[in-house]
Amino acid sequence: MNRDTRITWINRLLLPFLNILTAFAVTAVVFWLIDVNPIEAAQVLLYGAFGYEEGIGYTIYYTTNFIFTGLAVAVAFHAGLFNIGGEGQAYVGGLGAGLAILFLDPTLGAWVFIPASIIGALIFGGLWALIPAYLQAYRGSHIVITTIMFNFLAASLMVYLMVHVLREVGQMTPQSELFPTNSWMPFVHDVAAGFGYSIEASPLNLSVILALVCAVLVWFFLWQTRWGYAIRATGKNGTAAVYGGIKPKRIIIVAMCISGALAGLVSINELVGYQHRLIMDFHLGYGFGGIAVALMGRNHPVGIIVAALLFGTLYQGGAELAFEMSGVSRDIVVVMQGLVILFCGALEYMYRPWLIRRLAPVKKQEELVGAAA
Amino acid sequence: MNKIMTDTFAIELTDIDKRFGAVHANNKVCLQIKRGNIHGIVGENGAGKSTLMSILYGFYQADAGQIDVLGQAYTFTDSHQAIAAGIGMVHQHFMLVENFTVLENVILGSEGGALLASGLADARTELTRLGDEYGLKVDLDATIDTLSVGLQQRVEILKALYKGAKILILDEPTGVLTPQETEELFRIFGALKQQGVTIMLITHKLREIMSITDQVSVMRAGQMVAHRDTQDTSREELAELMVGRKVLLQVDKKPANVRAPLMKVKRLTVADSQGIERLKDVSFELRAGEVLGVAGVSGNGQTELLEALSGITAMTSGSIEVLGFEMDAKNPLTPDRLRDMGLAHVPEDRHRMGLISDFSASESALLGYHKDSKINSGIWLSNSKVEANCQALMAAFDVRPADPNLKSANFSGGNQQKLILAREMERNPDVLLIGQPTRGVDIGAIEFIHQRIIDMRDAGKAVLLVSVELDEIMSVSDRIIVLCDGEISGRIDAADADERTLGMMMANALDPIDPLQTMDDQLAFAKQESNQEAQV
Repeated sequence: MNRDTRITWINRLLLPFLNILTAFAVTAVVFWLIDVNPIEAAQVLLYGAFGYEEGIGYTIYYTTNFIFTGLAVAVAFHAGLFNIGGEGQAYVGGLGAGLAILFLDPTLGAWVFIPASIIGALIFGGLWALIPAYLQAYRGSHIVITTIMFNFLAASLMVYLMVHVLREVGQMTPQSELFPTNSWMPFVHDVAAGFGYSIEASPLNLSVILALVCAVLVWFFLWQTRWGYAIRATGKNGTAAVYGGIKPKRIIIVAMCISGALAGLVSINELVGYQHRLIMDFHLGYGFGGIAVALMGRNHPVGIIVAALLFGTLYQGGAELAFEMSGVSRDIVVVMQGLVILFCGALEYMYRPWLIRRLAPVKKQEELVGAAA
Repeated sequence: MNKIMTDTFAIELTDIDKRFGAVHANNKVCLQIKRGNIHGIVGENGAGKSTLMSILYGFYQADAGQIDVLGQAYTFTDSHQAIAAGIGMVHQHFMLVENFTVLENVILGSEGGALLASGLADARTELTRLGDEYGLKVDLDATIDTLSVGLQQRVEILKALYKGAKILILDEPTGVLTPQETEELFRIFGALKQQGVTIMLITHKLREIMSITDQVSVMRAGQMVAHRDTQDTSREELAELMVGRKVLLQVDKKPANVRAPLMKVKRLTVADSQGIERLKDVSFELRAGEVLGVAGVSGNGQTELLEALSGITAMTSGSIEVLGFEMDAKNPLTPDRLRDMGLAHVPEDRHRMGLISDFSASESALLGYHKDSKINSGIWLSNSKVEANCQALMAAFDVRPADPNLKSANFSGGNQQKLILAREMERNPDVLLIGQPTRGVDIGAIEFIHQRIIDMRDAGKAVLLVSVELDEIMSVSDRIIVLCDGEISGRIDAADADERTLGMMMANALDPIDPLQTMDDQLAFAKQESNQEAQV
């Protein structure tokens, strides 16, 4: 294996692996400090995430959300934009999905409802990102500032709508009436039952297929079409892109709309797939988690799927941990996520110089002469 | 006394070795520089000159070898140690704080305490002394951004001397200067030499080496291949040593066969975002079958001219008629539209604009042409076609290594430039705009690139060549216009141009514009217009 290949493998596999290991090692110290046996905790966490069918279902269910938001962040990132408004876009996307379902005739079939809710989520999520994109492209307002403000706007808007407009008649809780059953995204255990397999019930629904399809589409779009080329060119070198006849304003708008639309799909998994009604705060944490997922996954769909699975595992396993072990609160999940983000994101290249020195050293004079002879 | 002084070397490098990955940047380099001499180092880009200087200045550490400065052995781990040993460096890009005064810039890093007043006063006396001694006069209270490039460079030299430099290293010091400023710089070198300062001059301009240095050393592919006393060598020999084979220093070309104008620029004015006019009232014609050279000191409107002509920068007023289409401030044409019409553009700065360093060569070779139907099948941008396209370009322009999947950043400057030229020239455009085609390109490739430009001209294309290298302008162009401060300060036929005249025009020191020349141009213009009216 020559030196370049080795470096590629160090970057792609060994480095993320070591970073995660470090994050877990530090987490172990945290457990030890709060008088919890780290090994026991790890066992509970892994069992919770993968030990039984329902747990696996939950893990993949959470993973689905992270794939959507991770892809959303990645698309914007390839255009050189940092979309931290995934939270708001997911939330408003939920409004789109919900409205599409609530306003359609409840007797219609799933073939109408499901595409309609997906389109509703895409459009509303996309539009919620369009405004910051417009402000960035034509008014020069920084996208990071506007998207984060739009998260707050989305939250306020949803509170108002849920409390005053969409609340179920005769109910105090701010949630909409139940979606008609034919609009539900089918549960995986129901589908499996249809084929004669029996799986424990879990919130896992067919949205996970949608997420994987999105991952393929994002890959195709970014690397196999001229529009993707234009987006990546703009992100890598805006001046060169302008020289190449690419219009950066248009790229900002397009990339952000796609990004927002992808974030909006979180609601398909959460609302159409599981909650079956519009509720408050279903989106919390996924938008920001998506940033970490995209970062860890190197903004590539394959990496994002793997990173999303890691985050899904932490989510589900962490919940199990809080449930099973006394002295552990659900906050430990946040601590673990924080450590993963710290070591995989901020300290990404910490081990790199050392690894390269050890595993791919520059050849000495004698060896080169020997090789040439 | 003087005899003894020159016996010890100012700098003695023994077996300096340095590798970057697989690249052997310096291979057992030995160099001896006599005290009080001006010593030139020449070599192509990537020959290892800059690495050697960085090692000498403490930016990099050598893997092996010894450095002696003024008879004492050193191991530099940062530039402070090099400065303490008496080495001063003037970089190609000045390291000055633009809105500080000369005095403030000089004491930066040696303020001498928390309060500035005493440090500034001491510096003032010292700088006045240095200025008198070496003939380095600068207004100490002027802010840097009000100084010309030549004066800014003088500040850099003062800064080095103020820090006690006995040995000055200058990296391509004349790249940004007019010929007159260059002469002034060489005069300063003379004064410094008389005071016993040793000067190490790194350049690729052989003419300067011949005129100013005492000794010259040639680097090629990381090795020192020759040391010569300047009086015993010639430009031809040095060029041959640098490249490793005989080089044609003159471009071989037939007389131009000039035809109808393909581009007419009328009173073009371009203002930047602050409203400052970078290009003022520029008018000229570009005709099929000719190379029109645009000379000028870098930063006098050349960038704005290229960008306005290629549709990248909006113009403020004026109009451009190109290939039968007209554009002005209200009706701009976009870069992609102009490209479709047959206007190609090789930008001045290949890293900033010409290619995308992180992209593979095949993706960079697509820049500007990613919508081409030959490469797209429906919505699918076919990777195999993209690679084939790049492979063809690489073959046509001998780009090495011919690997379309290699990252653009990993090609040498010359090969990056060849890839860009291939991309723009192989589509057979009618109008070709080229900015600094050979900047940072080695001599072997320069020859090749010039030949390709001449081939385009002979095929009846119109070529606009912007370059700060006067040799290039004079040998490749048929007609020359000179830009100074955004205005055309001279027009001349290449056959009549010499370095002195162009230099005067570049500094706008010549009588406004040769009246005969202008009249010729106006007559030609009037004739064409009447022809057009006749056709209508």
